[in-house]
Amino acid sequence: MEELWEILRSARRVAEEAEVFSASARVVTVQFEASELKQVQTKESNGNALRIFRGGRIGFATASGGDSWQALLDMAVETSQFGSLANFQFPSRREYSPVQIFDPKIEEIDRAKMIELGKELIVRVKRHAVDILCDVHVSKGTSSVFLVNSQGGEGIYQKSFFVLGLEGIVVRDMDILWVGDSESSCRPDDIKVDAIADGVIWQLEMAKRTAKVSTKTLPIVFTPRGVASILIAPLASAFSGKAVLEGASPLKGKLGEQVFDKKLNLWDDATVAYGVGSYPFDDEGVPSQRLPLVANGLVTNFLYDLQTAALAGTRSTGHGRRAGGGSPSPAISSLIIGKGDVSFQTMVKDMKEGLIVEQVMGAEQGNILGGDFSGNVLLGYKVENGEVVGRVKDTMIAGNVYQVLKEVIGIGQEVRWVGGILQTPHLYCSGVSVATKGS
Amino acid sequence: MPLFMIEATIRGMRDLITEALKNHDAECIEIRFEETEATSITYRGDRLEEISRARSCGGNIRALVKGSWGFVSFNRPDRLREKVALAVAEARLASKEPLQLFPIEPVADKVVPQLRKDATTVPLAVKKRLLDEYNAIILSSPKIQSSRINYRDARKQIIFANSEGSYIEQTKVDLSLRLTAIARENGEVQQAGLSLGSNGEFSIVEGLHDKAKDLARRAAALLSAPQVKGGEYTVVLNPVLAGVFAHEAFGHLSEADHVYQNEKLRQIMVLGRRFGGKYLNIVDDPTMPNLRGSYKYDDEGTPARKTYLIREGILVGRLHSRETAAKMGEKATGNARAVNYLFPPIVRMSNTLIEPGSTSFEEMLADVEEGIYAKDWYGGTTALEMFTFSAGEAYMIRRGKLGELLRPTVLSGNVFTTLQNIDAIGNDLEVNQGGGCGKADQYPLPVSNGSPHIRIRHCVVGGR
Repeated sequence: MEELWEILRSARRVAEEAEVFSASARVVTVQFEASELKQVQTKESNGNALRIFRGGRIGFATASGGDSWQALLDMAVETSQFGSLANFQFPSRREYSPVQIFDPKIEEIDRAKMIELGKELIVRVKRHAVDILCDVHVSKGTSSVFLVNSQGGEGIYQKSFFVLGLEGIVVRDMDILWVGDSESSCRPDDIKVDAIADGVIWQLEMAKRTAKVSTKTLPIVFTPRGVASILIAPLASAFSGKAVLEGASPLKGKLGEQVFDKKLNLWDDATVAYGVGSYPFDDEGVPSQRLPLVANGLVTNFLYDLQTAALAGTRSTGHGRRAGGGSPSPAISSLIIGKGDVSFQTMVKDMKEGLIVEQVMGAEQGNILGGDFSGNVLLGYKVENGEVVGRVKDTMIAGNVYQVLKEVIGIGQEVRWVGGILQTPHLYCSGVSVATKGS
Repeated sequence: MPLFMIEATIRGMRDLITEALKNHDAECIEIRFEETEATSITYRGDRLEEISRARSCGGNIRALVKGSWGFVSFNRPDRLREKVALAVAEARLASKEPLQLFPIEPVADKVVPQLRKDATTVPLAVKKRLLDEYNAIILSSPKIQSSRINYRDARKQIIFANSEGSYIEQTKVDLSLRLTAIARENGEVQQAGLSLGSNGEFSIVEGLHDKAKDLARRAAALLSAPQVKGGEYTVVLNPVLAGVFAHEAFGHLSEADHVYQNEKLRQIMVLGRRFGGKYLNIVDDPTMPNLRGSYKYDDEGTPARKTYLIREGILVGRLHSRETAAKMGEKATGNARAVNYLFPPIVRMSNTLIEPGSTSFEEMLADVEEGIYAKDWYGGTTALEMFTFSAGEAYMIRRGKLGELLRPTVLSGNVFTTLQNIDAIGNDLEVNQGGGCGKADQYPLPVSNGSPHIRIRHCVVGGR
């Protein structure tokens, strides 16, 4: 840590302002391939980022490994000749409210325990489907973040995380079925083998038979995994303050307007206890918060980092994140969709003809900014007269997230976490086009 | 200068590694060291969003004990012997039956790219001036709301050594550029993109002014274009999109790590099985000169070679690592690649191509009553059997002629039927070097795809 102060001091000699951000992590992963233990990994990483204001312009550089802090400074100075105008100030010293993101129990879990968990999950699932081949990964890790800037701002936190996931493949004749689920939390005790096994077994049950669907517009129930796989990417990009500022977001100018169904509530919450997306302060030292994005269908807020907020004449919302080690940019922490009052069973019973969608492939391709989505239904089931009749194949769905969420038929009464950063109920929607073979 | 390189100069890197690898109880141990220097420039609209430099040093150790692997990655190269011991201990936790990797002759070599204009030596000011010009062209076009420009170049020096005696130093340079024009009208947002890449040759991103102009025009035109009606169509793919199709629809299924432990998939993917018509030839070839997916040795030290995947419609080969080749009783093909030191090598494509045939583009369109001409790409993905890929630009084909412009279109298919449904292969091969390939969290790996125009019957197209 002394080294980071040294970088800051050196930077102050050549620049008006400076910020040093340092992140390190140690992750142990146990991987099973084709239901057999295959690989054990230990990954240690650490990296530093330096941001300076020099001659009124921003310079930025990152370095990892070696003792190359002089190189870090030289690179930041070089880029500052061309960088954008420094239009904001680094946050000064303050107390951060604690957010629960570290569980010391993470240290107690050894590799043998992780192997045991993986084996247990595979046994549970194989008991239900003997011919399934499972890829399982069990990961545990700790990471730490340290930040210091020339305005006296300073922050440090440590985080733990634990992940258990399964991806299963069943091949019958020329048919390939993919099933899977995963859970993650900062607290290892939150991760239950049973919950994942039950979810996967339910998928296998639903997919036992195949069903035919024709090309038309149908009602669709998106399961929480379905919501994650197709509806979230367009929303996450549209609520970014950057996309709003440049006018590339369809939500520009819609603050306070009714854009979504009255039943819909969406917020970003970086303070969820033991959420893997949680943090006490963002990657620029701005305190985290729970930020409503959609309240009863009205657009209420966008996500901002320091620089974008300054350009937009507003304040950072504490969403400056450094994805992949790059410079900070507004991004979600954990997205949460509020629960409604309709049970999943009621949704299914209500459909004369429709689909339940769990996993869509290719949904991230296409005009996401405009809210369009389209993809192949990798895992989805046909409903006829209120009953699930089987899995659909060779089927694509397409729609626009703003049209689909303008009027939602029903919102599920139970929520679950998907991938550790989205909590959502089932969403029962209309107006989705279905296209299939032979039509 | 990073710590371990200093130590290396004093003691000799090779000696350091040899010593660390000595006397461990493992069938094979590999060490990789990597140093990367990268430059990124990003524009968002008229704002230069980021200009940054990055430098990274790191390495990893992979050990094989009785058929299972231990893997340790690190930024600090100190206490190397301890790290090797950890990897061996990890592998032992999982160990099963002994496995003999496909034998590769140990080699000592040094590989340096030959570039006319190396992107990593071009001054920042020159790069910025060029991108400024493209951005100005895009932003001054009618109906354009914003733009995105993502430029990145990186020079990577990799040292690979294994306990069998190989010691290979490779320098790799990579460059990628994506230009995006974003048009907006009445709350509707549409975008058009152009992706380019090279093995570090800077001239490939010069002189794109006309293309930038065309890009902006396309984005604006999409605002008034209709969405295609979903359903089954005859589609003609342009070479760029057909290359993506070859990569997604068949390339990934040819990666042996998907099939080697799955008895049923092995039966489906049995060599000698017919997958397409007799004019269909698909190859993967890292030995093609100066492409993004080209290399001399893979990340297990196996020499690169050309592999026919499909020859005259028949499955004749697949892509292997040393492990998958040994387990399937086939030859290693030099396709074990790691995106960086944080990951172990896995089976990947390099330059994947559909070889050209004899049909002209006009002949291909001529007998299509109603269909879709799909061009360029947004992306593609696969789940082995099912795949999707998306066109950045599409047109209706009516009575053999190109019709109206359509909104971006996602196409989907089942590999076992779709390859059979290719009924025409063009005479106009083109190789596309944009984008990057992702697999098992390893993204973006430099690859290239190529194809002539191709025509596919009964392709499912998503739409409203």
